[in-house]
Amino acid sequence: MALERKDIKNIAHLARLAISEADIPEYARNLSNILALVEQMQAVDTSGVTPMAHPLDAVQRLREDGVTETDQRDHFQQIAPAVEDGLYLVPKVIE
Amino acid sequence: MHNKTLSELSAGLAGGDFSSEELTGGFLARIGKFDGQLNSFITVTAESALAQARAADARRAQGQAGALTGIPLAQKDIFCTDGVRTSCGSKMLDNFIAPYDATVIEHCNGAGLVMLGKTNMDEFAMGSSNETSFYGAVKNPWDLKAVPGGSSGGSAAAVAARLTPAATGTDTGGSIRQPAALCGITGIKPTYGSVSRYGMIAFASSLDQGGPLARNAEDCALLLNVMAGFDPRDSTSVERATPDYSAALGNPVKGLRIGLPKEYFGAGLDPAVAQAVEEAIAEYRRLGAEVVEISLPNTALAVPTYYVIAPAECSSNLSRMDGVRFGHRCAEPQNLEDLYKRSRGEGFGEEVKRRIMVGTYALSAGYYDAYYLKAQQLRHLIADDFKAAFEKVDVIMGPTSPSVAFDIGARSDDPVAMYLADVYTIAVNLAGLPGMSLPVGFADGRPVGLQIIGNYFDEARMLGAAHQYQLATDWHQRIPHGFE
Amino acid sequence: MEWETVIGLEIHAQLATTSKIFSGAATAYGAAPNTQACAVDLGLPGVLPVLNKETVRMATKFGLAIGATVAPRSIFARKNYFYPDLPKGYQISQYELPVVGQGYVDIELEEGGSKRIGITRAHLEEDAGKSLHEDFNGMTGIDLNRAGTPLLEIVSEPDMRSAKEAVAYMKKLHALVRYLEICDGNMQEGSFRCDANVSVRPKGQEAFGTRAELKNINSFRFVEKAIDYEVERQIALIESGGKVVQETRLFDPDKGETRSMRAKEEANDYRYFPDPDLLPLVIEPAFIEAVAATLPELPDAKRQRFMEEHGLSAYDAGILTDSRDIADYYEAVVTAVGGEPKLCANWVIGELSSYLNRDGREIDASPVSSVLLAGMIKRILDNTISGKIAKEVFDAMWAGEGDADAVIGKKGLKQITDTSAIEKIIDEVLAANPDNVAAYRGGKDKLFGFFVGQVMRATQGKANPQQLNELLKRKLEG
Repeated sequence: MALERKDIKNIAHLARLAISEADIPEYARNLSNILALVEQMQAVDTSGVTPMAHPLDAVQRLREDGVTETDQRDHFQQIAPAVEDGLYLVPKVIE
Repeated sequence: MHNKTLSELSAGLAGGDFSSEELTGGFLARIGKFDGQLNSFITVTAESALAQARAADARRAQGQAGALTGIPLAQKDIFCTDGVRTSCGSKMLDNFIAPYDATVIEHCNGAGLVMLGKTNMDEFAMGSSNETSFYGAVKNPWDLKAVPGGSSGGSAAAVAARLTPAATGTDTGGSIRQPAALCGITGIKPTYGSVSRYGMIAFASSLDQGGPLARNAEDCALLLNVMAGFDPRDSTSVERATPDYSAALGNPVKGLRIGLPKEYFGAGLDPAVAQAVEEAIAEYRRLGAEVVEISLPNTALAVPTYYVIAPAECSSNLSRMDGVRFGHRCAEPQNLEDLYKRSRGEGFGEEVKRRIMVGTYALSAGYYDAYYLKAQQLRHLIADDFKAAFEKVDVIMGPTSPSVAFDIGARSDDPVAMYLADVYTIAVNLAGLPGMSLPVGFADGRPVGLQIIGNYFDEARMLGAAHQYQLATDWHQRIPHGFE
Repeated sequence: MEWETVIGLEIHAQLATTSKIFSGAATAYGAAPNTQACAVDLGLPGVLPVLNKETVRMATKFGLAIGATVAPRSIFARKNYFYPDLPKGYQISQYELPVVGQGYVDIELEEGGSKRIGITRAHLEEDAGKSLHEDFNGMTGIDLNRAGTPLLEIVSEPDMRSAKEAVAYMKKLHALVRYLEICDGNMQEGSFRCDANVSVRPKGQEAFGTRAELKNINSFRFVEKAIDYEVERQIALIESGGKVVQETRLFDPDKGETRSMRAKEEANDYRYFPDPDLLPLVIEPAFIEAVAATLPELPDAKRQRFMEEHGLSAYDAGILTDSRDIADYYEAVVTAVGGEPKLCANWVIGELSSYLNRDGREIDASPVSSVLLAGMIKRILDNTISGKIAKEVFDAMWAGEGDADAVIGKKGLKQITDTSAIEKIIDEVLAANPDNVAAYRGGKDKLFGFFVGQVMRATQGKANPQQLNELLKRKLEG
């Protein structure tokens, strides 16, 4: 499956990745090669095979309801790029 | 001192031959002397290491030392370490001072191990050569022109060069075993769910598993005893008593049923690697093992399957790197979309971006069934292959990697060629089985690794088989020239 | 042309747990920004989710209450999209296999009768944080305290045909989740939120029209207004030759209209896939049985019982079962009184409700407790006070002047039941009004009320009405 320029742009947008126009052909080539590799899967008939999401046949463990965490805002926000009054700041979100 | 194994160091500390502070100082000195050539560390935590060492000595003085108290080790820079930069080999997290400890770090601290620093790795563990690190390629101590393998390349190189007696690693598609093989050391990826993933920065959640890299199987067992254990903070952590991984080290190999998958010895395998592996198998025969040929018919599908599942999971796992709460944020974002796109575009390297894009595509509307669902079905078939095999044999053996370490830069233009080289290790992660690599010789002066794949939770038997081999051979004692 | 409205609702009920669905951070409302956002809620690198058992119990309870199958195995999936209030870049939700399958509730129709509304599914998911749009130097502030709060998303079938039905359904679910004690139902704080899918079609046509999704309609009143507005908009649009487009519209309560949300609809590709950090949620039959054992009597059953066993009217039973608090209060009064459900119901629906309304109080904050009210009703029943005097006693109790006996004693409101004392007053009244006595005896029966009034005035209303009636009649006739 060969990807085109517009496919790459779409995917990059979905993934929120800025890529330069100049790099698009290289991405298209590499991604197409990877998809060609992946295409080999289609040769196998998997009808009736249960999809395996997890390596182990285990079930979800449940945690008792209870507050175990304390306020660490100052600690966590030391590594934040932009904060004010305890809030994380982002460019204006328009609703 | 630096050539001693963990158990020898443990005995030395216990006998008062040297203190942890002296030991730690010795390894820090070696890092200072040699790591300029290797680039195996991203961060060296000399000061806190010496403080930890002194604390370990004090603990020992109080008679409260455990087996590994006071022994230095290096942590792969994928494990969050409170107060220490945890970069995951990425520009994205170059400024990320982790605000908490991963469970593995807690376990190591609890055991009194001394952290020398954080080791270099492929960016977000995506790579098999350590060339994708934001901090530059790591060199293979056996040949500085060669890659150390990846993604735990810094850990493997540091152990091989005796800059640390042991290190942690993570393995999503071979990232412990392959660098262990290429650097001539021993490493084990335990059964999925054995080592907590809490605080281990996720690449592909259903495949990632932490494990130790050391110079021999005995040391791997000792370190795995510390790393493993049930963790209520990880839903995929297995709720069972932590086994004693050292328990079967003394078990003789006699009667061990070894399966050799014919698919692991076919086209693509470097003949020199094949020869070293076959000689190792011959040694096992001499030790009394029964060797039979088996088949893992879906082997060729492992790489395609993996390159849907791993990118799909990573595309989602890495979405949290958005420049809002931590990590790289682009300068003067014009709007929200610009903040996301430039922060991520600048923060991630090429290979990471490629995989995020592949995964995004595989999960997107209209392609989910053809890619993701199909891959999950194949994953089942691949796991079933192993299940059938383990009805006939105790362990499976074969090469870890089809070739020895290649030269830096030799494969960087062809991602697919690089992916295909993981053919022997990837299926193990898809199935969630334990796998390890141990050194069994050289080809063209570069180390060759033997892979042992075990049944679920059968690590002790694998480690025992490896240990028995290491009692009979000395490949694991070889030291790369210049690092004696 | 005659049009038919088709409405389906998606209700998000915040589950009343103390900690979040996947972390041990508190869910309390109103904390300072980001003080209840732990490492897991912030989506820091390396953190992992672990499911809160209470959310599973609550979802199971809900499933049982709507007659649905509780899935023996359900799956958590990631819904991937970028938004600043969504720290991980994905929301953990359930997609293909939800925890609660098909069920239903019955709503009462205004025109009488009831209607069954299908519930497609209900699933567990995590809430997002909040964007604060006040200006921070041209930036938006993000508070992630709410991130990770457990939600039960309840999706209805497109079974409603009017805004009134939609409101009735919403009220029904609102009462239900509070009966089950799985959600506090506080709509101001966003604990119970609603999105509506609205479309119109020519009456008789089977195919659905194109629907609009209405957001931000978080009160019963807004739901009705927003749907009514939207229906009119769509009909007007179609009748003028236009076409309804599938879109998300925001309700503006100030203007009373819906408006299209900025065209962010572009490629909403959520890339759902099973969350590899979470394993399949398996609910064993024993767990379901244990939850079933804790299930309270549900509103419909309670209503039926109040009608059949208490002899209440459908209307009264309906009001009393609107909320579990009212029903519990009413039943506590009946129990304390030891019967007389109708009298008790009248006091709860009448005096108590109007005082609550007047003061804007909830029943759990009523100054007159069920014990106080029952004590007063007993005094009516034992003839200590009349029903009329009781209103004065109630008012005093509301003002905090003590229980009925204290008020009666302090204010001297005890009824006069001494026959000779009443007779004496009657005699005085009759003696003072010889003309009226003569007129009554001459056939003017209506004057009876006059004499009652005179006696009551003389006794300040305290004469026992029945005794007074009997004695007066005898005296007048005698």
